[in-house]
Amino acid sequence: MTPLPSTFSAAARVLRRDLTLAVRRAGDWLQPVAFFVIVLLLFPLALDPEPARLRLLAPAALWIAVLLSSVLATDFLFREDGRDGTLELFAVSGQSFAGLLFAKTAAHWLLTGLPLALVSPLAALSFGAPAAALPGVLAAVLLGSLSLSLLGAVGAGLTLGLRRAGALLSLLVLPLAIPTLIFGARATALAIGGEDASAALYLLGALAVFGLTLAPLAAAAAVRISLE
Amino acid sequence: MSWAWFHRFGSAPYFYRVAGRLTPWFAWPAGILIAIGLYGALVVAPPDYQQSETVRIMYVHVPTAWLSLMTYSWMAVAAAVGLIWRIKVAHAVAAACAPAGATFTAVALASGMIWGQPTWGTWWAWEPRVIFELVLLLFFLGYLGLRGAIDDPTRADRTSAVLAIVGIVNVPIIHYSVEWWNTLHQPASILKSGGPSMPWVMLWPLLVMWLGFTCYFFVIMLTRARAEVLRRERGGSWVRNLLSQDGVAGSA
Repeated sequence: MTPLPSTFSAAARVLRRDLTLAVRRAGDWLQPVAFFVIVLLLFPLALDPEPARLRLLAPAALWIAVLLSSVLATDFLFREDGRDGTLELFAVSGQSFAGLLFAKTAAHWLLTGLPLALVSPLAALSFGAPAAALPGVLAAVLLGSLSLSLLGAVGAGLTLGLRRAGALLSLLVLPLAIPTLIFGARATALAIGGEDASAALYLLGALAVFGLTLAPLAAAAAVRISLE
Repeated sequence: MSWAWFHRFGSAPYFYRVAGRLTPWFAWPAGILIAIGLYGALVVAPPDYQQSETVRIMYVHVPTAWLSLMTYSWMAVAAAVGLIWRIKVAHAVAAACAPAGATFTAVALASGMIWGQPTWGTWWAWEPRVIFELVLLLFFLGYLGLRGAIDDPTRADRTSAVLAIVGIVNVPIIHYSVEWWNTLHQPASILKSGGPSMPWVMLWPLLVMWLGFTCYFFVIMLTRARAEVLRRERGGSWVRNLLSQDGVAGSA
C-alpha cells in the first residue's frame, strides 16, 4: 500500500483536476462573467446615461453585479461532486476534508472570482472611471471576490443536495456578504474619486483573511453533515 | 464536577417534564410584569417634552429589539450545544427560538417604523440599527428556510446549527461594518433617539417591560420546544405512556 500523499499535494491535485475539468467545459465558468456583464449593462439602460451620474453609480452597480454573479456561480461549486459521490470519497480519503474543499474553493475562485476581477476595470472604464482608478478597482474586486467565494463555499455546503437551493442560497449568503459589499464599494468609490483607498482595501483584506481561516472549516462541517 | 445533570437534560422525557414544570414559573411573571410595565408606560411615565405621547412606543420597541439579538444568541448557543454533544433536545430548543426571534425582530422593525413616522418624519431611515435589525430578520428567515428545505430531521438540525454558528460569528462584523458605513454617509447626530440620560420614571417601566418580555420569550420557547420534542418522539414509548396517563390516546 502506497503512503498517503501530504495534504498539500492532495489539495494541489484536486485543484489541478478542477481546473482541467473547467478548461474542458468552458460554459460553466463563462456564465457568471456573462451574467456580470448583463447586470452592468442593465444599469445605464435603466437610467439616462449621463456620464457624471454613471460615475457616481459605478461602485454600487459594480459591486451588486459582483455579488449577484458570485452567488450564481456558487451553485456550481459542490453540486457535481456531491451528486457523483466524489465528495464522499474525499471524506473517507484520510486527507484533511477542509483542505480538499479549500482546494475546490480556490479552483472556483480562479475560475469565477478572478475573471470578474479582471473584467471589473473594464466595467469601471465603461462607467466613466479614470484610468488612474483601475488598479484600486482591480485590487478591491480581487480581495472582495476571495471573501465571496469563501462565503459561497459555506452556503453551497449548507444547501448541498437540496432541491430548490437557488433562492435559499442567496438568502443565506447575501446577508453575510454585506461587509464585503460595504468595504468593496467604498474602496471602489475612493479609487474612482482619486483618493487613497488603502484603508478600505486593508479592511477587505482582513475580511478575506478571516474567511480563509474559518470558512473552509465551516464548509467542511456543513458538507460532512449532508453526507452523513 | 459531575456532568450527570447536563446529560440528563439531553433525555427527551426529562426535558419534557422539567420544561413543563418551568413554564408556569415564567408565564405568571410574564403576565404580571407586562401588566405592571404597561401601567408604568401608559399611565405613570410622563409624555416626552419633544416627542409627547409617541415616546410610549418605546416600551414595546426597545424590549423587542433587545430580545431579538438575545434570541439569536440563545439559538446559536443551543445549536452549538446540539452540534457538539449531539443532544437532540438542544436542537429542539434552537428550532423553537427561531420563530420567536423572527417575530421579535419583525415587531421591533414595525414598531420602529410607526415610531419613526412622527419622530423622524419618515417611515424608514437607513440607519445602522435599523439595517442591523433587518439583517437579523433575514438571518432568522434564512435559518427557518434552510430548516424547512431539508426533509431529514437530523440533517436539518445539524445543518441549520452550522448556519446559526456562522451567523453569530458574522453578527459583530456586520454590526461594525454597518456602523462604519453610516458614519460615511450621514451625520449620526440627528437620528440619535432617546439619548443617554433617561429619567427613572421612564426607565423603570422599560426595564420591567423588558423583564416581562424575556419571561414571555421563555414561555414561548419552552412550549414550542416541548411540542417539538413530542413531535419527534411520537413513536417513543414514553410519549404513549404520557398520553394514556392523560387519557388522551386510547389504543393509538
